[in-house]
This record gives sequence, C-alpha cells and structure tokens, in this order.
Amino acid sequence: MTLTSPLGHTQKLTSASDPVLEIKNLSVDYGYGYDDDPVHVLRQVSLTLGRGEVLGLAGESGCGKSTLAYAATRLLPPPGLITGGEVHFTDRDGRTTDILRLNDAQLRASRWQDLAIVFQGAMNSLNPVFRIGRQIADGIRAHRPEVSQKEALERSAELLELVGISPDRLRSYPHQLSGGMRQRVMIAMALALDPQVLIMDEPTTALDVVMQRQIVEQIAELRERLGFSVIFITHDVSLLIEIADRIAIMYAGEIVEDAAALDVYQRPRHPYSSALLHSFPPLRGPRRELTGIPGSPPDLSRLGAGCPFRDRCAFAFDACAKVNPELVFPNVPGDDPRRSVACLRHDPAAVRAVGEEPLPVPAELSAR
Amino acid sequence: MRFFLRRFAFYAITFWAAVTINFLIPRLLPGDPVSALIAMNQGRISTDAIEALRTLFGLDQDVSLWQQYVDYWALLLRGELGISFTYFPTPVTEVIQQALPWTIGLVGIATILSFTIGMLIGTGIGWRRGTWADSLLPISTFFSSVPYFWLALIAISVFSVTLGWFPASGSYDRSLVPTWSWEFIGSVIYYGFLPAMTIVISSIAGWILGMRNMMVTVSSEDYVTVAQAKGLSERAVMFGYAARNAVLPQVSSFALSLGFIVGGTLVMEIVFSYQGIGYFLFTAVAAKDYPLMQGIFLVITLAVLFANIVADFVYGVLDPRTRQEG
Amino acid sequence: MTIDTSIVEEGEELARPSQAPATGVVTAAPRRSSRGPRKFLFLRNSKAITGMAILGFFLLIAVIGPYIAPYDPSARSDDILQPPSWEHWFGTTHLGQDVFSQILVGTRGVIVVGFVAGILATTIGVIVGVTAGYVGGLGDESLSVLANVFLVIPQLPLIILIAGQLPTVGGVTVALVIAITGWAWGARVLRAQTLSLRRRDFVEAARANGERTWRIITAEILPNLTAIIAAGFVGTVAFAVLSLITLSFIGIGITGEWNWGTVLYQAQSQLALQRGAWWWFVPAGLCIALLGMSLTLINFGIDEFVNPRLRSTGLNAKSLRKRGIRPRIGFTPVVYEAKEDRS
Repeated sequence: MTLTSPLGHTQKLTSASDPVLEIKNLSVDYGYGYDDDPVHVLRQVSLTLGRGEVLGLAGESGCGKSTLAYAATRLLPPPGLITGGEVHFTDRDGRTTDILRLNDAQLRASRWQDLAIVFQGAMNSLNPVFRIGRQIADGIRAHRPEVSQKEALERSAELLELVGISPDRLRSYPHQLSGGMRQRVMIAMALALDPQVLIMDEPTTALDVVMQRQIVEQIAELRERLGFSVIFITHDVSLLIEIADRIAIMYAGEIVEDAAALDVYQRPRHPYSSALLHSFPPLRGPRRELTGIPGSPPDLSRLGAGCPFRDRCAFAFDACAKVNPELVFPNVPGDDPRRSVACLRHDPAAVRAVGEEPLPVPAELSAR
Repeated sequence: MRFFLRRFAFYAITFWAAVTINFLIPRLLPGDPVSALIAMNQGRISTDAIEALRTLFGLDQDVSLWQQYVDYWALLLRGELGISFTYFPTPVTEVIQQALPWTIGLVGIATILSFTIGMLIGTGIGWRRGTWADSLLPISTFFSSVPYFWLALIAISVFSVTLGWFPASGSYDRSLVPTWSWEFIGSVIYYGFLPAMTIVISSIAGWILGMRNMMVTVSSEDYVTVAQAKGLSERAVMFGYAARNAVLPQVSSFALSLGFIVGGTLVMEIVFSYQGIGYFLFTAVAAKDYPLMQGIFLVITLAVLFANIVADFVYGVLDPRTRQEG
Repeated sequence: MTIDTSIVEEGEELARPSQAPATGVVTAAPRRSSRGPRKFLFLRNSKAITGMAILGFFLLIAVIGPYIAPYDPSARSDDILQPPSWEHWFGTTHLGQDVFSQILVGTRGVIVVGFVAGILATTIGVIVGVTAGYVGGLGDESLSVLANVFLVIPQLPLIILIAGQLPTVGGVTVALVIAITGWAWGARVLRAQTLSLRRRDFVEAARANGERTWRIITAEILPNLTAIIAAGFVGTVAFAVLSLITLSFIGIGITGEWNWGTVLYQAQSQLALQRGAWWWFVPAGLCIALLGMSLTLINFGIDEFVNPRLRSTGLNAKSLRKRGIRPRIGFTPVVYEAKEDRS
C-alpha cells in the first residue's frame, strides 16, 4: 500500500520489513442486499502485521475491529459478505497466499496451522458436550492425521501446562471451569499447532481486572517464548499500551490512525485517538483527566460523503463534510515516518483539491 | 445424580396421577355403564371377578372413597385389571399381554426410525440453508398436518388395493403358526412394512422441522465458528459440534411428544387392523368394554413413561451438564 | 408449535417494539418508513398470509356451509357410490348421500370444536404458565409437575377414555375434554418465557416501583407473551381439530352431527377402500390437511417474526446463486464487487 505524503513523494508503509499478514483494501458488507440495503461495515481497510509483532486494534464497539479480524479469516457469519480486497499471508519460507482466494480445502488446511483465533467470550467458545482435551486434540488431529489420539492428548496436556492449568483438567467439561480458566483453555487451544499469527478478539473483556492482568502477562510471555505475531483487539486502549508494539485505531469501519504504541499514547495525531485515550484511565503512568467522547458512532447504513467523525470532532471544519480523509503521513515535522493518520488537518492537499482552505494541525494533535 | 432423582420422583408422580385419573373417571362421570354389563352377563362371571369390577369402577357405594382408593391400588398391585367383556371371560391383562408386543414392535421401531432419519435430514437442511433442501420444508409441512390414519387410508388404497404390493390388514400371514422361524419373521416384516412406513412418513416432518430450526440456532453459536476456525472437516463441525448440540432439545421433546405420537399410531393400527393395543382399544370402545379401555390406558401410560425414562437416560448420557454433582 | 424458549428469548428484543410503535417509527431510518410500522410486519410474511387466507376460507365455509350445501347431507338418494360428477362434486356414499354437502356442513363442527378447545386450553395454559413462571418457588414446582404430567400422559387415549365413558357426547363436551387434556404444552412454554421476563430490567423496575402484581402481569408481562400465546393457541386449535377428527373416526363422538371425521368413519366402516370409492375419503382428508397446514403456516409466520434467524433464504436463493454467494457458517463468501473508490 502506498501513501501520498504531504511532501508529494510516496513511501512504503510497513511497520516491519518482514510482514506476515497484509490486509489490503478489505471491504465487507452486512446483508446480501435483497431485504435491506447492505451496510458497508468495512470500507477499503488496509493493515499490515509484521512477523513477531503485537498489533493492537482499538475502537468503540461497532467500529468494525472484530469484523476486520473475522473477515480476514473468512469466519464472518451470514449475512456478512466480503466484497473486495486481499489478505496475504506469508509463510516462514516466504511463500505468500491470498486467504480470500483459497478454496475450502486449502482454507481448512491453512486455518489454525498458520493463523489461530482466540474468540471473544470464552463462555460460548467451547463445545459444552465435549471434554476440554478432546476439543484441543481434534484441532491437532485434523491437521496432523499421523498423530495418534494419545499423542494429541499428551500435546494437549502440555498446552494446558503452558497456560498454567493442571493437565488433569483435560477430562473436564467446559461447565466445570471458571471463566478465566476457559479463556486460558482457548489460548492453549489456539497455540496447539504453533501458529504464526494469533488473533485475539477481546480476550479479557469478560474477566475481572486481576484475571485480565494475568492473561495479558501470559500472552506477552508466551509471545516472547514462541515468537508468534498477535492482533489484539480491544476497546481498552490503555491495555494495549501495555502489550502492543503498534496500535491501529478504527472508527466507523475504517482505520483512522496507525502508529507505534507509544506514539499513539503520547502523541496521538487523530482527534478520535486523542478522545479515545481520554476516556480510559491509564493502567500506569501519570494520571490524566477523563473526558469521554460526545455523541455516538454514526449509523453505517447512512454514511454520506465526508469524514465520519466530523459530527463528534472538536477540530472539524468545512472541508470535513466534503471529503473522506485518507491515511497519510501526519503533518507534524519529525514524526516517525511509518505512522499514518486519516484526518484532513494533516492533509492540506486533499482539502485544496475540493476548493477549501486548509487549517493548521491543532496543538493537541501535534504534541511532541 | 440429583437430576436422575428428580426425574425419578417426577415419574412416580406421573404414574400416581395416571392411576388416580383412571380411578376417578368412572366415579366422576355420570351414568353407570358397568352395572348394566355385569347384569347382562349375570351367572357367567365368577363372584371374584364381579368383586374386582365393583372395585375398579366404584360400584360399592357403601364404602368410603378412601377405602375404594386403597382397594383399587391393592387390586392394581396384584396385576388385576378386571375381565374383558368383548373377549369374555379373558382377563384384561391377558388381552393386553397378547397385544402389547405387536404395538411395541411396530410403533417402537417406526418411531425410532422416524426420529433418526428426521434428525439426519433436519441436520442437512439446517446446515445448508438457502439451497434446494429448503424446498423440502413445504412438503414436510403437508405431511405433518395430515392425520396419521388418513395417510394410512391412502397408503392402503394405493399400495394394497390398487397396486397389491402389500397386505391391507393384519400383522402376519394367518396360515402360518407364530414361531421364531424365518418364514414367520419375514411375514411379520412384510405385513408391518406398510404401517411402519406410514408412521415414519407422517411423523418424520415434525422431527425434520424441529431439528432444522435448532440447527439454525446452534450454527450461530461461537463454538461452531471456533470449530471452523480450527479447520476441522465439514463433517466434524456439522455432526460433532452443530448437530451434537442441536439434538439435545430434540431428545427432550421426543420424550414429551411420545404420548402424542403413540396416540396417533394407535389409530393407525385400527386402519390396518394390526392386532396391537390400539386395535383392541378400538374394539373396546366400539363394544363399550370399559375394563379393557381402562386397562389399555394404564398400560399405554406406563409404556410412555418407560420410554420417557429411557429418553431421559439418553439425554443424561448426551449432555454432561446434567451429570453435574450438587 | 416448535417454539423453543432459547429462540423466543432472543426474539424478545424484536418483539418488543410492537408495543411501542411510536419509538419504532422515530428510530427507524426514513427509507424504512414506507413499509409501515413493525406492528404489521407479521402480515408481510408470505407464509402467514397464505395461512391466514386458507383459514379465512374455512371460517367462511363454517359460517355459510349449511346454507350453500346443495343437498341435505343425510338425505339418501338412488345415486349409490357414484364417483364425482356435476350433480355430486365429491361423489356419493353407499346410501346415495352427497359427500360434498357432508364436507360443507361438517366444516362448522370442526371449526367450532377446534376454536372452543383452543380458547379454553390457551386460557388454562396462560393462567398456569404465567402463574408458575411469575410466582416461582414451590408454586412453580408443583404447577410445572402438573403440566408435565399432562404432557407425558398420552392425550388421545385419555380423551378416548373420558369421551368413551360419557353417556352422551356433544360438540362442547368434546371441546372441553380436549382442552382439559391439551393445555400443558402452552403452559410449559409460557412458564419458561415468563421466568426469563421476570428477571428483565423493566419488570424488576416495575416491582421496585411497588406496582401491584396483577398490574405487572397484565401490563408488563402479558404483552410480551403475545406471540407465544398466539402460537400456542394456533397449535392447540390444530391439535383439537386432529383430536376431534380422530375421535369421530373411531366412532366416539358427536352423534347426529356431521364433521369431516364422521365422513371418514363412514367411509372406513362401509369399506370405501375395498370398493375403490376414493372420493369418499380423499376430500375430507385434504380438507384436514389444508386446515392443518394453514395453522402450521401461521405458526411459521409467528416463529419467523419472533426469530428472524429462521427466515429461509430460499426465496432469494436464485439471486444469491447468480452472484456466487452461499451463506454459511465459517466460510464467508467473497465477491469482488466493491467499487474501487480509493487508490
């Protein structure tokens, strides 16, 4: 994906030189368009995950962050429909495949092996009628038919130990485990085939704060040890700063800012990122005032031209109603060249193109 | 354990309720049809039998209701259900003993067959929505609306009267002696085929619809998506994850609707003159043979209760959550 | 009557706006307004419309049947066992009676017994189910056991047992017996739903406000049970019709009154099958099937109204196939249709 920087020349946007997952211009609709008009829940979203990187994906509920993860893995339930884009997965040996163009058999083979998911709400993610061990083992056996059931169960026991659960829990049913334990089981299950990418969809939301901490620390520790890449989805930005290398902020089905975690936290460039940071207390570091964001996210089925955030934005101006901002290099000298933001305050060229007068970047969005 | 204890208590209560209903009905309803029947057969019935009938139908007005109830239970626990007037002087229990195996064989096999096939078809339709399989739904709706016995009439007129493929009535070739010979068993299957198929066809629609709806609901559960994310084979996801959970409510509704199904299939026996419980119930109704009617009702209730216990046991095996201690 | 409670619970949110059409209209986007308020959404369901139309037809026949019947259904004639003709649309019986007239006249008996039994059974079901679900505790336990007992005891043999011992059997008696034995299913479903409603915020709030129990039940709980009560009623009517016809068919029942079951009873006992007189038993059966189907269709409509997930995509299957979309779990379809509006 190429971006036009304000200076006029193009530059490659990759946070890491070695990408493992590249999502390009992914578009997703809800509804097949016969009963109601389809809602465009994702519009031309692009995102790159580097090998070994932890990428945080944040935004309010309904902004499309989970949709992005499920669409990229083609797990979005009906009436979800992928209407365009590419999702390139690069294997350890450098082979690249487009997940969206795989046939059923290839996709099945790739799943869990290359890319595993820890789902939101572990309460319903486990089959209530099978023992834990069987559920971990069947994923292993589906991809490695040569492994015996006994070996698969031994491997399952190791995995449970890895996430701090006693191996004798293999014979437990999901209803016999606590919420935190079930979430760990899900993580153990996802690691069964040593995947290169792990997508975690709000893995801690349903848990209490103590449990949240433990799980986040565990993920960080496992990543150190096993070296997989993570897409960590949450609405809790302060949690991401603890664990993520890079953070992408989503709003109304689009990515509005993509930068290193510390940059997002200390030097947000998009008014929405800034507002989002001010609506959560930080887990550590200096205290800051909590303000929240006025208004509510727009109805995606009635999105017109212009920036979707303009109605809630303190820095909106005339051009915001006319043109939908693209991801560009922030208009702040000295910024990390790999970061990008979708705001017209940073994109004078686009403002001039519609015949409006550009406004400068406000001080709040150009902190150093 | 607690689950089974609760269920056991429930069955005990149901059994008690059925017996009590049986006890109360002749006492609550106006008229006294049994006295007339006894009078008609005066001199042909032993005094013991008359005594039993008087207890069963509450003819002893001088005895308190409570005493009548106690006597009634005592009689039942000795396995006495009075004597049949239609098959005079055979005791009701003997008539039922002859008929019951036929009904259990026919209705039991046909119902289990119907349930199993219905579950499989329902799984398929529910899993592959929006395909041609959905067009099976209207057809199955039609069959679920038709009374069993009417379908039996049509089946006889087409396959027996017109085509002559199957016998129209009876349960085996009357020229054969009932033994465990292949010839006799073959004859039973041949005679039972048409009634069994009619039961299957008319009851299967309900199972297909129920399973289809449950599959649609269960398919959107997270664990089904997780199973797909794990890259399991389509069969493993469809049967192991979706159908395995969707079948649970079907098993409990199987238990609950058994009474309804049995009622329908009994009428079917009448149409096919199949010598089971339903056929005898019909002759008892036609001949106003009240002891036989009451006895048959009790036995049917007992049979349905027993089938319920089996269904409960199956449910307990299928769903680990019911086995939870505490 | 396959409303299972898990489905109903989720549909709850969808069913609620029907009590408050005003809010529904306000929040709905302008392009939705052309479709009318949600209240009438049920009537847009093609299955429900078909069912209502067929049921309406039979209701009409029930009213006017005896007046438009070409012959007295019991009158004998010399046309014995005639196949359908212009004089006798559905042929004649062994006594020369006109089958078409028997069906027309018999419709009333079927509909009256069906609806009377349906209303009675639904009333008992609502009282028992809602009370059990709302009261909870020991009262709930005993009422649930009562309902389950009635569910497990085979209804048809019980009806036969009761009706068979009655000296005279009128239509209302049969309806009464059917209602007494057939209320349990509705009660069971209603109990489960009331139980979950009772824990909802708006009911808790009403209780915290000190509303009287009676008012909470009538104003907060019953309106939310409308769909289930309706479904239960329709199911019970179907059950009652089937039971009545079965009773008549085995010869217990209303003497001297015509209904579809008595037509079948005569056909069976006069060996219509063996004589090849198909016209004698086919029309009555088809009428039963049509009536039963119309009730089932109405219930499908209610089910789909309550739980939109059940809606079949069959109608649109063709257009989806053209675009190469196969909706299924775990494999999101990919179509390359999006406009490339970004470089």
